[in-house]
Amino acid sequence: MSELFLIAHLAGRWVAVAASQVDSAVDIGEVVAVPCAPPAVRGLAALRSRVVTVIDTQVALGREPAHRARRAIIAAIDGHHYAFLVDAFDDVFPFDAAPLSCGLALDGRWAVAARGVVERDGEPLLILDLAALVPAGVVTDGAIAA
Amino acid sequence: MDDLLQEFIAETRETLDALSGEIVLWEANPTDRARLDAIFRFVHTVKGSCGFLDLPRLGRLAHAAEDVLAAVREGTRAPDTALVNAVLAIVDRIGELTEAIAAGSPLDDTTEDLLIAALAEDAVPLAPASAGPQTRTASRSVRLAVDLLDRMMAGMSDMVLARNELARRLRDQPIDPRVEGALERLSLTVGEMRDTISRTRMQRIEALFSAMPRMVRDTATPLGKLVTLEVEGADVELDREMIELLRDPLVHIIRNAVDHGIEPPALRRALGKREAGRLLVSARQTGNQIVLEISDDGRGIDVDRLIAKAAAAGLHSEAKLAAMTDRQRLDLIFAPGLSSRDVATAVSGRGVGMDVVRANIEQIGGRIALRNRPGVGLTIELQVPLTLSIIPAIVVGVGEQRFALPRQSIEEIVAIRGDAVRIDELGDSRVATVRGRRLPLVDLATLLRIEGGRMQALAIVGTRDGNFALGIGAVLDSEELVVKPVAPAVMGTGIYAGQTLPDSGLPMLLLDGAGIAAAAGLRFVPQVLVDEDQATAQERGIDALLFDDLDGQRRVLPLAAVDRVETVSASAIRLTGGRLHLSVDDGVVPLVTMAEPPATGQVTLLRLTDGVTEIGYPIRDAHEIVTLPVAMAPVRGRPGIAGVAVVNGEQVEVVDGHALFAGEIAPPAVRPLCLLHHDGTGWMDTFLRPVLEASGYRCASTLAPGETAAVTLAMDDDPPAASASGDPVVLLRSRPAMPGEAGIYRYDRAALIAAVAAEMEARGGLRQEMAR
Repeated sequence: MSELFLIAHLAGRWVAVAASQVDSAVDIGEVVAVPCAPPAVRGLAALRSRVVTVIDTQVALGREPAHRARRAIIAAIDGHHYAFLVDAFDDVFPFDAAPLSCGLALDGRWAVAARGVVERDGEPLLILDLAALVPAGVVTDGAIAA
Repeated sequence: MDDLLQEFIAETRETLDALSGEIVLWEANPTDRARLDAIFRFVHTVKGSCGFLDLPRLGRLAHAAEDVLAAVREGTRAPDTALVNAVLAIVDRIGELTEAIAAGSPLDDTTEDLLIAALAEDAVPLAPASAGPQTRTASRSVRLAVDLLDRMMAGMSDMVLARNELARRLRDQPIDPRVEGALERLSLTVGEMRDTISRTRMQRIEALFSAMPRMVRDTATPLGKLVTLEVEGADVELDREMIELLRDPLVHIIRNAVDHGIEPPALRRALGKREAGRLLVSARQTGNQIVLEISDDGRGIDVDRLIAKAAAAGLHSEAKLAAMTDRQRLDLIFAPGLSSRDVATAVSGRGVGMDVVRANIEQIGGRIALRNRPGVGLTIELQVPLTLSIIPAIVVGVGEQRFALPRQSIEEIVAIRGDAVRIDELGDSRVATVRGRRLPLVDLATLLRIEGGRMQALAIVGTRDGNFALGIGAVLDSEELVVKPVAPAVMGTGIYAGQTLPDSGLPMLLLDGAGIAAAAGLRFVPQVLVDEDQATAQERGIDALLFDDLDGQRRVLPLAAVDRVETVSASAIRLTGGRLHLSVDDGVVPLVTMAEPPATGQVTLLRLTDGVTEIGYPIRDAHEIVTLPVAMAPVRGRPGIAGVAVVNGEQVEVVDGHALFAGEIAPPAVRPLCLLHHDGTGWMDTFLRPVLEASGYRCASTLAPGETAAVTLAMDDDPPAASASGDPVVLLRSRPAMPGEAGIYRYDRAALIAAVAAEMEARGGLRQEMAR
């Protein structure tokens, strides 16, 4: 069964992101830094009337910061909107998702975010799970047990 | 109540519309369990609502239908056609009645008994009533999903931003006045629209209160307790979302009050209280805060037991518990897993803590406070912001960046360049001294690792544990911000409370004062320990307050003599009775000055006390608390100045506290005792006592052993038995005295006071003679 994937270019390679995760793909404006936040959080940006948390996808994958990246995939994860920086987009295509081939040794961060493989014109592309790239925060909410 | 009724009508209509399909399907197949359940739920809801809306007719119908349907659900009755018809007739009737209530038109109730009778098992099948022409009034209210409102709000914000951008672009070039006019109109409309839409989010707190009577009853009954609930201020409005967030804490507090606070009726009777406990829930708005008070007249919090439990639980060491102030002891109730009750009950459970309640209230930017009166009751005060989302904030700049600080958490902002602020290095940390108050200093630029952030001002930030000075750059603006939660990764830093998109179109972060204190590693020492530090400091030398006097001289005054520093209006200072006096709430305070105080504006005033007498000392400005050197150069010929001391390398005059108070007359310490000889009517206590007490006497109706009265007052028709000590007696008459009659008319105040004073003096004179 084929699914829709957005093909994006980041960290020097093409990857696939499930279209169901993607809200929109845009060029973002000025990013306001968030001091003390985890390195993967580039800052905050305004997207129309909404504030999005900008994630430097390359840092989240354990690589060098992508300073020039201005395009981003917008996704809503757990009620918050995030902008994942990418170098470029291709388009949305239907692909058949295949499981990761066994024996494939991915580097730590990639391993956490990879959900499978799709094949574009014979070239295998990793499926990235954006939710896995969001840096964890300390959850502090408690509910009232009445 | 009107709102509730409207809501009930809207809800019933809505359900009836949805139910009409179900009813037809149920009629076709009476054994269909899902349809049966839907109809049962409907009548059950109607019955419940009628209970507190006081709609007995509707309630009776719904109740009858519910009984029958319950029997069908249990399988004790078969859903035959007669039964289905009877139930449907009732559902129809509920619809008609609801419309009649909405229209405010009467509807005769003659057929209702028949409808209910038709539900009986052996009833004659009901002739299907022809549905009369139904009049349906147009509803004036619409039910909306909160989601839709949120989208409306978001759209509104977009609109505001678009307008701002348009205005900015237009400003860059020469602009046609007509375009400018149109833009102005647009701005105005957008502004009004924003207000209106914000108001759609407001809801009366009634929505929260309406469920309370039932909840109190349901909680109290199984416990065998009687509780009267009073609700005040149900018309206070606040954000819908806030109402939802308050629901759980409120339910918890009320259950606690009923379960733990209010005693069982028998115990209450034994204690001399009314059998039914009283629970008062009130709401009021103060500024942009809503204050919710829940008070009961139960047993209050047993602080001693709380302490014992805290010790047993190993929460704090016994020494630390012993050193705690009353306030801190009471606050132990908020410690996780600590409850003042020994036995867990079905209602509150055990160890379900006030800690969770406090956490929840604080999460929505609120505060919780307790007023405990052991044995008499407990009042819990919740203070929450009016809306979740709009917070008055101060925008500060640090380097290139801007941050918002909630205005509520800021006590004041002081510029660093003034004399009022001084910054010192203590070890590797810094402290700021602001007008004698020493505060830990956190430099925001350093904490946030922002380069080029020069500290220009200090914001005094108040947190629950203590205050600290936050070094900031410029104060840029003060505005109301729509604040949204930040992503967990940002929240995890612990220093941000939210994010916002101000009119500039650039996102901004809202700082969290308590979080900053924690991130900077500030540890606030409990007040007791600070007191100890001050005690040791006093052994080194006298602490004194350094200030600029009205004549411009820099002087110091021993701190022990300063009760407090306050700012008063110059108009409260008057030359009366030959000297300057300050009007205060309950009288006047004499003033001592070194120069003429200003006639207008505000005056800083030191309230001095030697423990007995109080005087005021107006000054120009208070600076800081200094420790006086032991050596002091004496001065001569300067009344009011004890000497000159060197403080921080500067010569300052030391005010002669002794001289300040030497001229003052202490208020009379001894008040002579008047014995009131009761005539049994209580007139003496009610009318005479206040007059005498206001004149400086003490009153009693019986003498304590060993006590003698300075004067005895009695009615002339009931004179006291001749007392052994020969105390003077003043006799009062009920009617004015005729010529030749003795005694004083009891309403002749002047004569009465004069007579008491004369007797008092005669007695004093006598005593002096005896002493000679």
